[in-house]
Amino acid sequence: MPPPFDFAPIWLTLRLATVTTLLLLLVGTPLAWWLARTRSWLKGPVGAAVALPLVLPPTVLGFYLLVFLGPQGPGGQLTQALGLGVLPFTFAGLVLGSTLYSLPFVVQPIQNAFEALGERPLEAAATLRAGPWDRFFSVAVPLARPGFLTAIVLGFAHTVGEFGVVLMIGGNIPGATRVLSVAIYDHVEAMEYAQAHWLAGGMLAFSFLVLLALYGPGKKILGDKS
Amino acid sequence: MSGISARFALALGEFRLDAAFDAPARGVTALFGHSGSGKTTLLRCLAGLERAPGSRLIVNGEIWQDENTFLPVHRRRLGYVFQEASLFPHLDVRRNLEFGWKRIPPAERRVGFDRAVELLGVGHLLERNPARLSGGERQRVAIARALLVSPDLLLMDEPLAALDLASKADILPYLERLHDDLSIPVLYVSHSPDEVARLADFMVLMEKGKSVASGALKDMLARLDLPLAHGDEAGVVIDTVAAEHDETYHLTRLEFAGGGISVARTPHPLGARVRLRIHARDVSLALERHGDTSILNVLPATVVEIADESPAQVMIRLDAAGVPLLARITRKSGALLGLRPGMKVFAQVKSVALLA
Repeated sequence: MPPPFDFAPIWLTLRLATVTTLLLLLVGTPLAWWLARTRSWLKGPVGAAVALPLVLPPTVLGFYLLVFLGPQGPGGQLTQALGLGVLPFTFAGLVLGSTLYSLPFVVQPIQNAFEALGERPLEAAATLRAGPWDRFFSVAVPLARPGFLTAIVLGFAHTVGEFGVVLMIGGNIPGATRVLSVAIYDHVEAMEYAQAHWLAGGMLAFSFLVLLALYGPGKKILGDKS
Repeated sequence: MSGISARFALALGEFRLDAAFDAPARGVTALFGHSGSGKTTLLRCLAGLERAPGSRLIVNGEIWQDENTFLPVHRRRLGYVFQEASLFPHLDVRRNLEFGWKRIPPAERRVGFDRAVELLGVGHLLERNPARLSGGERQRVAIARALLVSPDLLLMDEPLAALDLASKADILPYLERLHDDLSIPVLYVSHSPDEVARLADFMVLMEKGKSVASGALKDMLARLDLPLAHGDEAGVVIDTVAAEHDETYHLTRLEFAGGGISVARTPHPLGARVRLRIHARDVSLALERHGDTSILNVLPATVVEIADESPAQVMIRLDAAGVPLLARITRKSGALLGLRPGMKVFAQVKSVALLA
């Protein structure tokens, strides 16, 4: 009699990816807007920092987050002073780590879409009485829609698929931080290949479907870079 | 206080804008000059799309900017038509038209939605996507969209420049209707003498970023100290009224303060406003009124000023009861007739062009 199938990691992963994606849109959109339009010298350094997770091993990011947010780290001191406790090995810590790790996958498509807009539609909107916020929501966002779709899909999928950051900062606490990729690792360690197959096969199908939606027939590739 | 008073100074790299003019609160004012003369930059400054600190703009008594004030673009009651229509691709024609219209308080809507749609003839396009319009249709929608914010001032940046000849011919009548039917003052950037002659009442001449001269179009075109009054295309425009149709000889008599001009029968109803263009090269001069000539149109006038045109030719500015005329004749003819300022002459007009 095999052990009952454990759905908890799946729900946790979906919850993490959803919260992370929403947070990424909230943080990434203004950041992408700024990067697309600024002439400040800070554009280079900030752009590079946003892109760092593309090249860093996830364990490096996870390691620094762990140190930074740990009880002795400056981030940890701050969260404790604010009464939030210590974030590592909590769901909140996972969200923070995932947000940083998936940031470029959300910022870059949106930034590209904003850059492709050019000044003209915004100028036209200004001459038609639309103030800055109005211009942003009624012209820039709708025209950048493909960029937002790419960003949402990539941000969500990338969060679902991460392992290293999660393991470093979240650990492996069932129901709290034990996400899919970690669960698969555990099953393999425990020689529970049937369970591992279900989860791994599901991930494979999910990932393929996501990419199919992005690159599918009759559709252009939605962002230039990802 | 009505009218537009503008003083602008701006340095953009090598380019320096230094423009000052006062324009009337009615009719079309052309910002005219070669490409690179700063017309578009000036128009963008007027709209607030370009910031020119320390400049000054007053529209109908309202300060749009000065040393202490800078009204942002969306707070200036203006309409702007770009060279390319710049419609919003994510909205259909109706929602493009409604974009600005929805954003002004209903009490300020002096131009009704149906009225603008009818004026520009875009009623059959309302459900279309901008991508599926021709260039001319797109620009008509853009003009209607700008009118629908009921602007105090309509700014147009060479709205015909990006169009082919057929589309241009398609739009000009609409622009003329705007001119005739609406009392919104228009600043119209153009480098085309023909467009200016057809549409403008007032002109600001731009050269290398500077406003060189400004005034009523009919005076500007005849000012011998300006380049406009020289060259093969030099000529004046005259606003006339259709006064009589002669069905026997199939002619129409057009009258203005300086006299009457007969042209081939036009379809205009009597009383209609008709604008004429008379090139300097088509006007010759006589000291007496001759009966033995095939030229029908002879206007009594006074010589005002004589300027050298080329070693062989002189340009003569005439006054026909307050209406300026230009005549280009040979230097030899001028000497034989003994022409000098103050002399009474008869201007023989060989041909005229009907502009509207």
